[in-house]
Amino acid sequence: MYGLGVAKGMLVVLKRLLRRPVTRQYPEEPAPLAPRFRGYDFAWVEERCTGCATCAKACPHGCIEIVTHPSEDGRYSIDVFDVDTGLCMVCGLCVEACPYDALYMGRGFELAQYQRGDLVAHKEDIANRALLSAYYRTPFQEQVGTRENIQGFYQPIKGLEKAPAAKPQG
Amino acid sequence: MLPTQPYMVNMGPQHPSTHGVLRLRLVLDGETVLDAEPVLGYLHSSKEKLQEEHTYLQTIPITDRMDYLSAMNNNLGCALAIEKLAGIQVPERATYIRVIMSELQRIASHCFAQGTLLQDMGAWGTPLMYFLYEREQILDIFEMVCGARLTYNYIRPGGVSQDLPPEFFPLVRKFLAEFPAQLDDYERYLKDNEILRARTVGIGVFPRELAINASATGPTLRASGVPWDIRKADPYCCYDRLEFEVPVGQRGDCYDRFMMRLYEMRESLSIIHQALELLPPGEWKAPVPLVIRPQPGDAYAHIESPRGELGYYLVSDGGASPWRFHVRAPCFINLTALRDLLVGHKVADVVVIVGSIDIVMGEVDR
Ligand code: SF4
Ligand code: SF4
Repeated sequence: MYGLGVAKGMLVVLKRLLRRPVTRQYPEEPAPLAPRFRGYDFAWVEERCTGCATCAKACPHGCIEIVTHPSEDGRYSIDVFDVDTGLCMVCGLCVEACPYDALYMGRGFELAQYQRGDLVAHKEDIANRALLSAYYRTPFQEQVGTRENIQGFYQPIKGLEKAPAAKPQG
Repeated sequence: MLPTQPYMVNMGPQHPSTHGVLRLRLVLDGETVLDAEPVLGYLHSSKEKLQEEHTYLQTIPITDRMDYLSAMNNNLGCALAIEKLAGIQVPERATYIRVIMSELQRIASHCFAQGTLLQDMGAWGTPLMYFLYEREQILDIFEMVCGARLTYNYIRPGGVSQDLPPEFFPLVRKFLAEFPAQLDDYERYLKDNEILRARTVGIGVFPRELAINASATGPTLRASGVPWDIRKADPYCCYDRLEFEVPVGQRGDCYDRFMMRLYEMRESLSIIHQALELLPPGEWKAPVPLVIRPQPGDAYAHIESPRGELGYYLVSDGGASPWRFHVRAPCFINLTALRDLLVGHKVADVVVIVGSIDIVMGEVDR
């Protein structure tokens, strides 16, 4: 009989009416983010960074600009550490490449700005993020026990505040 | 009867049903298509050339952006080609993770293809939302595993970037338990639907010989009755250890291409089941240096992406970046026979035929 197929289909539609929706009213009701979520707001630990620029070389788009000068104690002090989040495609290669675990990805993705230049995250911005929001880890870090810390979404990562402060004394 | 003459109509590039920016130059007589010519290149972003400036590791996130609906498969194809070129051994666990991910991606991609095809046919919204509901769950799983929902950058030369988290397994098992019932529902919903059948049966018939001549691949070819699947024909990863069927159609019309994807989703579910059972413990990534410098030479690796045979051809001159990076994009090659499918049909069927080939313009133009 013509129309039987449509009628059968409509039964499915009726059943679906009662299904819990997966849509969310976004700005009011943000979706929970996975612990490994890769976002734009980079966090950077200045004390750990040696200025080796491995991250800048690992970036496919060249978003990271680093300028250093040798300081008295033999380390490099970092003058400029700019991440152009307008160019960044959130691939995470820079974070994985950093040999000293100094760079992290955050979970921010609502970074709209009026000026293109405002999208560039400067040294002060990313160093002040206090690691509150950074979750994406290199596999090594996940293995050695920061996992518990990552699972609690909104907690600062323990242990990292205690990073040895090896600042050059001026 | 008034005397008429053929006239030319541009369909696209900004037409909502052309899945991106495909432009079709149609010569029409009334509503009947007399001639059709796809005009490509509106989304050309020179990705192949761009790759020649990247190191091998950096090529992976760019492949995400080619076929953005099945980025996991693109990662996999590129990683396989690099491994072949540089002679990298992949740990056993990584091959199984790759298979699980690529089959989940196939389900997600087919869901989207089905939804948009129905949307193109005028089933406005409802079926698309049903299929997006399922896709959403897979994207949540991907986000948990690799941190992104669309551009994963997960499968790397030498393995995968991170191990599966423990939360992954309950979520995937839940999805595997629920999805077959949903698929049954969708089959009941759509298979015998008179409107769907009227729009697709006998429309856009792709004859078997023509499909082979045009080197079509994927569901488009299998709907025409050719059981050709790279997973069976040239098994990569661990597909030779898994059991699955390759569904084959008979007529090669839009309806068969549509049903092919529904059947393939079932097979993918069974593959994921088996791969989860067999998943061995161990390493998920071989130690691979940040900058790979393969010996001069070339390598071709191909995989069965949701749209067909996705091949990567890399040539190395011994340097840190590929000398040539070529992609055999399945959508692009499936599109070459479009004229033969369209001629003789009505304008309204053009939309359905283009939708049933399941093109992603990001990959066609790359
Ligand atoms: S996430 Fe990727 S694109 Fe962004 S700065 Fe890091 S390496 Fe560059
Ligand atoms: S963030 Fe890491 S990789 Fe980048 S310069 Fe600092 S130490 Fe080197």
